[in-house]
Amino acid sequence: MKKELIDLKKKRISNSSSIRRATRMWSPLFLGPVIIAFTIGFVWPFLWGIWLSLCQFQTTSDAQFVGLGNYIRTFQDASFRYAFGYTALFAVVSLVLINVLAFAVAYALTQGIKGSNLYRTVFFMPNLIGGIVLGYIWSMIFDGVLSRWSTSILMETKYGFWGLIILMCWQQIGYMMIIYIAGLQNVPGEMLEAARIDGATRWQTLFKVTIPNVMPSITICMFLSLTNGFKLFDQNLALTAGQPFIIQPGGTSIKTTEMLALNIFNTFNMASATAKGTAQAKAVIFFILVAAMGLAQLGYTRKKEVQQ
Amino acid sequence: MNKKALSAESRRKMVLSVVLAVICVIYVLPVAAVVINSFKLNTFVKTDTFALPFGDMWAGMSNFVTGMTFGNYPFLDSVKYSVIITILSTALILLCTSMAAWYIARVNSAFCKLVYFLCVFSMVVPFQMVMYTLSKTADTLRLNTPWTIPIVYLGFGAGLAIFMFVGFVKSIPLEIEEAAAIDGCGPLRTYFSVVLPMLKPTMISVGILEIMWVWNDYLLPSLVLNITKYRTIPIHIQYLKGSYGTVDLGATMALILLSIIPVIVFYLTCQKHIIAGVAAGAVKG
Repeated sequence: MKKELIDLKKKRISNSSSIRRATRMWSPLFLGPVIIAFTIGFVWPFLWGIWLSLCQFQTTSDAQFVGLGNYIRTFQDASFRYAFGYTALFAVVSLVLINVLAFAVAYALTQGIKGSNLYRTVFFMPNLIGGIVLGYIWSMIFDGVLSRWSTSILMETKYGFWGLIILMCWQQIGYMMIIYIAGLQNVPGEMLEAARIDGATRWQTLFKVTIPNVMPSITICMFLSLTNGFKLFDQNLALTAGQPFIIQPGGTSIKTTEMLALNIFNTFNMASATAKGTAQAKAVIFFILVAAMGLAQLGYTRKKEVQQ
Repeated sequence: MNKKALSAESRRKMVLSVVLAVICVIYVLPVAAVVINSFKLNTFVKTDTFALPFGDMWAGMSNFVTGMTFGNYPFLDSVKYSVIITILSTALILLCTSMAAWYIARVNSAFCKLVYFLCVFSMVVPFQMVMYTLSKTADTLRLNTPWTIPIVYLGFGAGLAIFMFVGFVKSIPLEIEEAAAIDGCGPLRTYFSVVLPMLKPTMISVGILEIMWVWNDYLLPSLVLNITKYRTIPIHIQYLKGSYGTVDLGATMALILLSIIPVIVFYLTCQKHIIAGVAAGAVKG
């Protein structure tokens, strides 16, 4: 009996390995297109980008190795440091607001209220509209409101900041809500029942039973909104494009609502001889920052999967 | 006692319903503002943004008419290019990455593991990192037309798609493919007539994520395409502001309305799949 089983297993293994061998012959067809496109669209530009961050160049053919000069220039660049601080502040404020509101909405929508599906549909809708279009819709609305005080969203940094926060809340709450609803629906009913029988109040149940159970969803949403905040570009460009700017004593200017991605983009378009190299160095630093957050998230979800 | 508790519960639900209804109205307002202002004369858009377009302000269809040629570029051309790019890219990504993912999951050689690792890695790389070099590479290889840019999208978007497909293929029992092989199917036939039909749910999720990404993408096509010739809708709308000193806001809103109508129709018809697809992409990526 046991021997038969082993024989069967052996047969199985040889079977699947012969299939594997047959499949391997087709690798150019199965793997080829993706490998070629992936090399053109990612691997080569990525490696070349790292090399160019160590060069001074105006076009791609006149690149000259200059070592870490671009990185030093990046850290000396006041506009980059400003953009970093502004982006970090934006990411944290939007993270807190989006997650608190999205959780509240998701919690309300899982209480068995009539019309929950309709609300869910409406709240998710802004996610389908692109960042550029969103930016112009909201810039019209903010200017419509601010024109009563004869000012505009481009006139003050705080208008631009809170304007972008409102825009991002409007867009992202529906997205995070979907993830929270999925988490809330997985909270075991018996646990809620037990809490109720033990006489826990609604708030006690929420904080002691529900929230610990949806902790994985909360972590994912926090990571997502943090990286979304850091990578934000389209909305930033369309809403304020960095305006208003202040002139520094040295004659350089700082765009006061410019976030990191837009700062890198604008640096690429500047005329000076060192601009493109500096922009590429900024891009590498930006990549390390965003990748660290992304890998932390990936590691966290992996760990969770293992535990389950 | 019981009755009292019940009425407290129903009162609580009433309050929640009202709050949600109010938020719902706030959510619809921006879209409503676009509709209102697309029928309003340009001079009133800034001063009377929230007024209904009656009386003096009524512009009829004039905003839509000016919008068609506004920005020195025909709007219908950008619609055409957006549709071409989105359909070609999504089809290419779905076909190529699902085949590659099946190969990676089943053969699982050292090289496959390397490709898979690079794909996962590419998901955390922001576009700014490769923005300049990618646009130069695409220029050199003449990938700067709507018919060739899907190759760029396949390259830069392969990561998430491969990640999602590999995850799904690993959950399919190997026995089905073994049975097909014993019945005399080659790898190609096994893939197309046995594996591909089973991939349908993931195909829909990945397809929706790619459609939403490509349709709304601004930066990649604006850097890769030759924008005097080819503009997608987001590029078109962004350049309305760039090309004019004072923008015709009425016409801009008319174009924005035209560009979000297909999106909303698409959303309302495949809402279930869209929400499921987006949730799948978020949790995994």
